[in-house]
This record gives sequence, C-alpha cells and structure tokens, in this order.
Amino acid sequence: MSSTVAAPSKTAPAGGAKGQPSGDNRYKMLEATMKRHQYAADSLIEVLHTAQELFGFLEVDLLLHIAHSLRVPPSRVYGVATFYHFFSLKPKGDHTVVICMGTACYVKGAAQVVSAIEALGGIKAGETTPDGKVSLMTARCIGACGIAPAVVLDGNITGKQTPAAVVDHVKGWLGNGS
Amino acid sequence: MDLNDLLEIAEKENASAKPIRLRCCTAAGCLSQQGDAVKNALQQAVADADMSDRVEVIGVGCMGLCSAGPLVKVDPDGALFEQVQPQQCASIIASLNGGGPAEASVGSDTIPFFSKQHPIVLENSGRINPERIESYIAAGGYQALYHSLREMAPTDVVEEISKSGLRGRGGAGFPTGLKWATVAKMTAERKYIVCNADEGDPGAFMDRSVLESDPHRVLEGMAIAAYAVGATQGFVYVRGEYPLAIARLKTAIQQARRMGLLGTQIFESPFDFRVDLRIGAGAFVCGEETALLRSIEGQRGTPRPRPPFPAQSGLWGYPTLINNVETFANIAPIVTKGSEWFAGIGTEKSKGTKVFALAGKITNTGLIEVPMGTPLRTIVEEMGGGVPNGKVKAVQTGGPSGGCIPAAHLDTPVDYESLAKLGSIMGSGGMIVMDQSDNMVGVAKFFMEFCMDESCGKCVPCRAGTAQIHKILTKVTDGLATSADLDTLRSLCEMVKSASLCGLGQSAPNPVLSTLRYYPDEYQACIDGGATAEASA
Amino acid sequence: MAVKTLTIDGKAISAREEQTILQAARENGISIPTLCQLNGTSDIGACRLCLVEVAGIPKLLPACVTRVGEGMEVSTDSERIREYRKMIVELLFAERNHVCAACVENGHCELQDLAISVGMDHSRYDYMNPKCAVDITHKRYGIDHNRCVLCGRCVRVCDEIEGAHTWDFQGRGANTRTISDMFVPWGQAASCTSCGKCVQACPTGAIFRRGSTVAEMQKDRTRLDFIVTAREKKQWIA
Repeated sequence: MSSTVAAPSKTAPAGGAKGQPSGDNRYKMLEATMKRHQYAADSLIEVLHTAQELFGFLEVDLLLHIAHSLRVPPSRVYGVATFYHFFSLKPKGDHTVVICMGTACYVKGAAQVVSAIEALGGIKAGETTPDGKVSLMTARCIGACGIAPAVVLDGNITGKQTPAAVVDHVKGWLGNGS
Repeated sequence: MDLNDLLEIAEKENASAKPIRLRCCTAAGCLSQQGDAVKNALQQAVADADMSDRVEVIGVGCMGLCSAGPLVKVDPDGALFEQVQPQQCASIIASLNGGGPAEASVGSDTIPFFSKQHPIVLENSGRINPERIESYIAAGGYQALYHSLREMAPTDVVEEISKSGLRGRGGAGFPTGLKWATVAKMTAERKYIVCNADEGDPGAFMDRSVLESDPHRVLEGMAIAAYAVGATQGFVYVRGEYPLAIARLKTAIQQARRMGLLGTQIFESPFDFRVDLRIGAGAFVCGEETALLRSIEGQRGTPRPRPPFPAQSGLWGYPTLINNVETFANIAPIVTKGSEWFAGIGTEKSKGTKVFALAGKITNTGLIEVPMGTPLRTIVEEMGGGVPNGKVKAVQTGGPSGGCIPAAHLDTPVDYESLAKLGSIMGSGGMIVMDQSDNMVGVAKFFMEFCMDESCGKCVPCRAGTAQIHKILTKVTDGLATSADLDTLRSLCEMVKSASLCGLGQSAPNPVLSTLRYYPDEYQACIDGGATAEASA
Repeated sequence: MAVKTLTIDGKAISAREEQTILQAARENGISIPTLCQLNGTSDIGACRLCLVEVAGIPKLLPACVTRVGEGMEVSTDSERIREYRKMIVELLFAERNHVCAACVENGHCELQDLAISVGMDHSRYDYMNPKCAVDITHKRYGIDHNRCVLCGRCVRVCDEIEGAHTWDFQGRGANTRTISDMFVPWGQAASCTSCGKCVQACPTGAIFRRGSTVAEMQKDRTRLDFIVTAREKKQWIA
C-alpha cells in the first residue's frame, strides 16, 4: 500500500487513442469494464475513470467510442467529461506536480509554491511545459492538512513543503527528463 | 455465519496476538512521511533481533497526531514514538529487549491532545489493522449488525437511532432518526443506501481518516441502516482524491462479502445487502445530495430543487437514504451500547461526539474527537497547543460554507446552534486556525474563488453571483474598491445566499459575510490605504 | 381530482393539487417572470426568477417546481423579491456580451423584456467580457454564445421533444458552454435533425435563423406549443 494520489499513467504512445479498437489491448480492457457494467448508461463516470487510467487522457475519438458503446448522446459524454476536473482531455507531461490548495495548505503558503513552479517552468497551473516533461496542477484538498503544505510529486504525497524544495525536485525532472 | 462464528474469529485473532505489538500508523498522513519505510524497518529489526516469536509489527489506521508522524505505539507498555525515522528502528527494537533507551523522540499519550478526547467514531482508529476484517471483528465488529438483524425489528432500530439524538455529521445536522423513519415509511419495490464520502471541504479529512482506519465500521453502519429502512443495495460515493481510502474500502467490501457479512441472507436472516463503490471525479458540488445522486447515475453533478427529497425520490427515482461517513460510523456503537448512553454525551440539542480536523497555524495538527459542546478554546489552545509563536486570530469552521470565528469567541461551546449563531456552521468538521499574519479579506477571497470554480453553473445567482463577488473582492485586495463596492458586495452576498438553488450557493457568501461582520476594519483598510491584502505564510 | 385553495398576492384562487404555483398563477392572470421554464419540457428551477415568498416558510421557493398547498399564502411581488429579480437580470447582462442594439432579437427578446419589467436601465455589476464564439456552420441556423444565458431550453427541447439530444453543456460554473455533439461545430453535428425547435425555444438572440438581421428574428413559440399539445394530448390544434 503506498500513498499515491491517482498517478496518471503515461500518455498514450504515438497514435494515441486513435488506434483501431480491435488491435489495441487497452480497448479490450476498456471493453471488459463496460461489459462488467452491462453497458449501462449510468456507468459512464466509472468507464471514463477506467479509460483515463488506460489511455492517460480522454481523446475525442475515445469519448465517441464510449458514447456509442454505452448508447449515450455524444454531447452528454463530452458534458460529463468536462464537468469533472479529474478527467483530462489533453495529454499530461511525463511528470506531474500537484500542489494542494486546500485551506490548511493555503494558510501555510501553498500559493508561493505554485508561483515558484510557475516561474520555473514558464507555465501556469493546469498547463504542461512545452517540452512535455512536467505538468503543473493544483488540487482542491487532498486531505493531508495535518502536514500542510502538501505537494504530490508523481503520485507521492509529500508534506511540509517549501518553494525551494519543490523547485529543486522539479528542476531534476526538467534537467534530464526521466 | 452466526454469532458463535463471529466470536470464534475474535478469539482466534486475540489469541494469535504476540505479547509485544508495535502499532505503526499507515494512514495517508504518516505514509506521506515515510510511514511505510518505518514499518518495514521495524519488521526487519524484529527479524534481525530474532524476536519474531514475541514481537509483531502491525499497520494500523490514524492515531490522530499527524504533526508528529510517523507515529509508532508500543503495546502493552504504551510508549509512543514520534517522528520515527527508519534508521531509528533498530534501537527501538533493542530497547524492548532491555537494550537501553531508544534513540527516537518519545511522545506522551497523556497530553491534552489525547486525554481530552472521547473516541467513539475513532475508537478503533490507530488500534486495529484496517486491512484485516478479523482485526475489526476482534474489536467487537459486526456484533451490532447481528444484534440488529436477529434481535430487533427494523422499526426498533429506527427508534433507537431516533432516541439517541444523532444528527447528520455532514454539516447540516438533520436528525438521523427522522431521515431513516422517512425512508422506512416509503413503500417502493426497492430502496437505496448511499454513504456520502465525497469529503470536499478543504481542510477537512475526518472521513478520509475513518475510511482508511476503520472501513468496516462504515460498512456495518450502512448494513444496519439498510435493514432498518428496507434497502438492499448501497453505494459508497468516495472522492477520487482518496486512493488509499478507496483501496481499503475495496478490500473491506471483498472481505465482508467473503465472510457473508455482506451479500445474501446475512447472519442466516432473510436480509440481503450489497455495497458498491462509486468514485467521484473532482467536483465539490457532488457533496450536495441531489448532485451526488446525479453523479452516481453517471451524469453531470448538478443539483435539483428539493422537494422531492432523496428520501422520497432518490437514485433512479427510488427512496434513498443518504448519510455521511461519520454518521454511519456512529451507528454500531449506538446499537451496541444503547441510545441512552449516546444521548448522555454532548449537549441538549447536539448529542454524542464530533470529529474535528485541526490544521493551519496550530502546534498539534491532526484529528480529534470530543463531546459536542466542548469549548472552542479547549480544542484550539489546550488540545491543539495553540499557535506556535503567536496568537490565535480566528478559527475557520465549515470550510467554504462556514465562517471565521474570531478569537474573542473562543469560549463558545462547539455545537450546531452555537456556531450558527456566530455566522459559521459546524460543517463536516474542518477547523483551520489562523494567526495575526493571516489577512481576513484574503481568506474570504480564497473561499470565494473556491466556490466560483466549484459552482456547477446551473443556477444564475451562484454561477454569475460568485464570479461577481470574487471580482469585487479582487478589487478590494488590489486597493481599487470604494465604499460603494462594499455595499454592492453585501447586497450581492445576501441575494446569492437567499436565491441560489443548492447548499453550495446558499452558503458560498458565508465566509465573506462573517469576515465583513468581524473584521470590517480589514476591508476598510484596503479601501483607505489601497493595501494589498493577500494572506501570507 | 383534489382542489386546493390558496391566495397569491392576496387574490383567493383554487388550483388542482398537482399544479405548481406558477401554473396556478398564470391560470389566474398573475404574471411571475420566468426564463428557464418552457412549456412541454421539464422544469429545472435554475434561473431563480420565479422565486416567491410563502408565508411561514423562511426560504424563497421557485414557483415553477413548487406545488400548490391548501391555505398557502403566496407573495410574488414583495420588495425583496423585486430587488433580487433585478439583481439576477443584471447579473445575466454582465455575464456575457449582450448588445441589444446590434442583436437579431432586439425588440422580441425575453431577456430584454425581463430587463424592462424589472426596471433595469444598466447593470450595477462589472461586465465580465468573456470570450465567446459565434457558430454559423449550420446551413440554416446559427448560435452566438455571447447572447446565451445557459437556461438550457435548447438542451431540453432537443432531448425531450425532438429526442435527438444534440445539445448539452460542457464545463461548469461561468465556463459552462452550450455544445453540439462532441463539441463539434453545429454544422457537423451528426445527431442534429435541423428541426429548428431550439431556435424557437431560445429566449434570446443566441440561437437564430441565419440571414436575419438586427431585430428581425422573432421566435414563434406557438410552433412548440403545437407539437407539445399533439404529443401530450393527441390534439392537433393549428
């Protein structure tokens, strides 16, 4: 058991979700999930969770495939996928840094951590560096208020963070990209 | 499975316990501070010292004092080690063998943080292994369910909960027994139970901790509720941000199913109950019950007007009982110890205990459980140890739906009515302590930004109103506002509060209204001096 | 059929028990402003313009979804309600980019009528000036998001009456946008039957018939009423 916050899997390889449903193993796994839910329209959110785990993000073709399989209007699938902030319609970077912006983290200076990383990567929260190496995100509250400010680095929760410490960590990612 | 089987499992579990037990916190707070490595190092040290025959290392749930994590507690002598590092583990094990004092900082469990607590919901937290159903059963688990199914009529159970005076722990404080009675009275071909584990208030992590530390307690409460109201299917709607809680719930559901404690003909009675998980996808508004139901149905999480209430028409139009995690966690002890025992704790209108998450500018951060009516000062100053190197300025309760209680009101007893009188709410239990360096206009803006981003966009007052309020607050903090803007701000807050469709919009202005009420000078200072008012670390 | 008696603005009326306050009021010639409500589609209580006061209940209630009750004393026109309505209309104007003088719907617009009825001459709130697109990819119709009030009438009429469910909402909060299919330009939305019901349902100039110029777009709500009556009552009343 490790303390990970929904670490996004690596982004889809070239071709993304456009691959033919038959030839791609991930589609088979998605199919299994939909089958387990008996292709019920109300399993849409569960299916989107699985799809994002498998493909890293939700491309439009993938959403269309889900819409057809669950027999749900495409506009509703798109509406649901964009309503919930967990779902991403764009690929994420190789690494992700999620800065908790809950109240406890806020009063302990999380905003300064965000500004430091924004300045370092030349990006805003919610964006990915142009080289695709690092995505910067903010979270509502990850419930780690006892160790505020909390930062999730590639899925690992770290507590009592400072701007300098997080900058150092992210610099490592930007440097060699692995 | 019957009572004897249950007792047998408990006996076997207790008999297999080794004389010395090291309890390691494996809840998210300690895990993020290398709690896992500490547990592994302790296990290795026990093996190295060849003491496996009489010492065991067990992973347990949250012990509460997150600021001193990772925590390790030794049974039976009671030593509590704080901020344990993996390299200190060998010396801790050696100390058990008479090898001199351990090279680790030793805490005390007699400090007010622990001694003033009254654990009911958290009684198993930090004691049992949340990943083993046997551990829960050894602590008396599932006996309340047996008692309900085999010795009580459904109406007796509802009656018992009503008499206990338990009120919903999700924030609004609606009487739980009344809600159960409403669902029980409905005639329908099926009914549902929903556990609201979409703990969204920033600064609150009580439900996360209960699910990570004692998941079976919640499942048992849901099963008792299902029996009482006549439901056969339950859902736990849990935040996607809580992967550990999700994993432990999954494990717990599987274990309970395998033992026949969930499923068909539970305890050889005609009662069937199935529980499934639904994972939230990052929308605060889904804590609102009608939005939560839409989300379980796979839709955008937009609330709808009530009535009809979910108790009458909920999931797929069927009567649905929705309670919060902490509410369900109170059920088994009430059934076991009786409503009178429970009603004897707390105040006249707020019975029992409440779990609070202490965070912010406070020495001891973590989780505490105290009787309702405990003065705020006891919680913040005695138990929490006050503000390190400073003074309390305000305590924020109820998250974005609550308000800021100034230090002058610290002697207020914490119960539903008293907090409401101060312009805040009990909420789900988040308590953020602020000190003199925190600017209250900045805090109000922080919460308004939260509500604006989390507004579902369905009703106009919340969608457009929160955006306007945020815009005015930005003008204030940028030093560009006039006194007229403050009047506009106030009137807009009143309208959004009265006219919004759901609880999110209706309570979104609370942080602004409460800071306007208690800290008007800080708003005025921004207008007079054009000062930038961002909260600073 | 049970009948309830109640008073609305002091006027004693009777109504069938399944009726809403709004229906009862309209039957008795009492006007309550609405925006998201559209006959024949489900009521969602979203615009909050029809909020009324009911004696003994501290909360304001949306007339469109609140059933009548025996002895109810409803007030639709108190000072507080008038003020809130005005604020809501002002918020709607400030939220998007509404320029009546340059709008196809000028003179026939429900939002404009609301502004006049609540006595609004300007919005006291700062304009948000969001970036909004205009989509004229459909061969007959267009949608201008600058004028959209997110009432959802197009979404419901398309789903509940036409059955195509071309429209829905994407995003949330102030970033909510009306979309067709998988957020494709309307002209490429395969599910669209080009029936034009959304054009008639839209209360503002957001959805319009192409080729209309300023003030030329007049919605014909009777076309929708005709279909709804035919569907529900099997009566074809021209």
